Amino acid sequence: MSRKTLLNSKDIEIILHRLACQLIENHNDFSNTVLIGLQPRGTFLAERLAELLKTAYNIKELELGLLDITFYRDDFRRKDKPLAAETTQMNFLIEDKKVVIIDDVLFSGRSIRAALTAIQSYGRPKSIELLVLIDRRFSRHLPIQPNYRGRQVDAINEEKVLVTWKKTHKKDAVYIESKA
Amino acid sequence: MQELSVEHLLGIKYLKPNDIDVIFKTADHFKEVINRPIKKVPSLRDITIANLFFENSTRTKLSFELAEKRLSADVINFSAGQSSVKKGETLIDTVNNILSMKVDIVVMRHGNVGAGVFLSKHVNAKIINAGDGTHEHPTQALLDSYSIREKLGTVKGKKIVIVGDVLHSRVALSNIFALKLQGATVKVCGPTTLIPKYISSLGVEVETNLKKALEWCDVANVLRVQHERMDIKYFPSTREYTQLFGINQEILDNLGKKIVIMHPGPINRGVEITSDVADSSESIILNQVENGVAVRMAVIYLLAQQIKR
Repeated sequence: MSRKTLLNSKDIEIILHRLACQLIENHNDFSNTVLIGLQPRGTFLAERLAELLKTAYNIKELELGLLDITFYRDDFRRKDKPLAAETTQMNFLIEDKKVVIIDDVLFSGRSIRAALTAIQSYGRPKSIELLVLIDRRFSRHLPIQPNYRGRQVDAINEEKVLVTWKKTHKKDAVYIESKA
Repeated sequence: MQELSVEHLLGIKYLKPNDIDVIFKTADHFKEVINRPIKKVPSLRDITIANLFFENSTRTKLSFELAEKRLSADVINFSAGQSSVKKGETLIDTVNNILSMKVDIVVMRHGNVGAGVFLSKHVNAKIINAGDGTHEHPTQALLDSYSIREKLGTVKGKKIVIVGDVLHSRVALSNIFALKLQGATVKVCGPTTLIPKYISSLGVEVETNLKKALEWCDVANVLRVQHERMDIKYFPSTREYTQLFGINQEILDNLGKKIVIMHPGPINRGVEITSDVADSSESIILNQVENGVAVRMAVIYLLAQQIKR
């Protein structure tokens, strides 16, 4: 197993600020916008962005939801291991709201497809955008593209993009792992 | 972790403590789902479920049907009263005919003890026992334990008394298995004629004095008097039963403590429980009904997970 560092904590800090600024350009004070982090790993990015928007950019009222998409996935009963659900925390309706879905890595697009279906359980949003830290190009199974991306990566299918966060792994970093 | 150790849900006695944990954790997620504006997930959109009810049922059948529909399964319903069973068709023939329609899961209620086990050995589908005679009613016991856990935080270490017609109750037997499996202490209380002789072999004490039983317990799970299953008279009169084993607000007020009141329904109001108790803040009867859908969704989801395409 070999591991190559793609982004270090300084890179991630810069990217988070850029993504926050891009969000502010389109959503102003976030009065009609909600951020939704996808369980399990998108929630760390969503929480960091929300924190940054509040502390560094003085966004006062920001609604953040954590959405689990297990019951909406199309690989139920197709995996060797059973799918375990995570907690969903959506204490608001998204009727007529601008929704920003947040995930760490965009790969095949199937998780986002599931999230688009899951979100409809909370109302009819005005619009839905997608924000990801890493966009793996050329690996999409579905016609889904992000509106905001931290870094675009060309990785072959056998390689794995691993995102670690200060909160859980004591270090902000993105690695590319390969078996070779 | 998120996998059941059993292939069918035939009874609580076949489950391990971890199975109950897995079911409850999954039910927590479905409880969140059924409180959304749109209470439906697409997980089981390629699964067909047959509800075979050879005995009458209202709430269990509705609860299963709602659970199945909220998981997006295709559902077919069968009631023995309007079927070829009346013309002499056997259980196996009836079920095999239904399975030929490519059914994946069978939810069955039957008047005979062991009907679910029998079926699981003869048909190639997941079987969920929705009540087999006076034997087991596992999903009811699971939702009862889930409701206690929700109300009191845990089942472990709690004192639970099952009051009433234990002899004819499948709910009582499944509850005893489920509660003991989770570390609760269980007593039964009722007329000695309605307490099975083998009950102590299950690690359950008998208390024939309702007041003492209620003073001892944290939770009273009150059973319906099942007149339809009684072939002889088990107590002199309904009035006498109510005087000795009926729960009213006055009895609860005199306890000097709050206890949780449960009932699997349907209630004989004024017989085993008065209306003011059934509708009081101590009663979690309606929570049991709501939790029933979430727990049944969890059971169906977890069993469906084992069906590979």
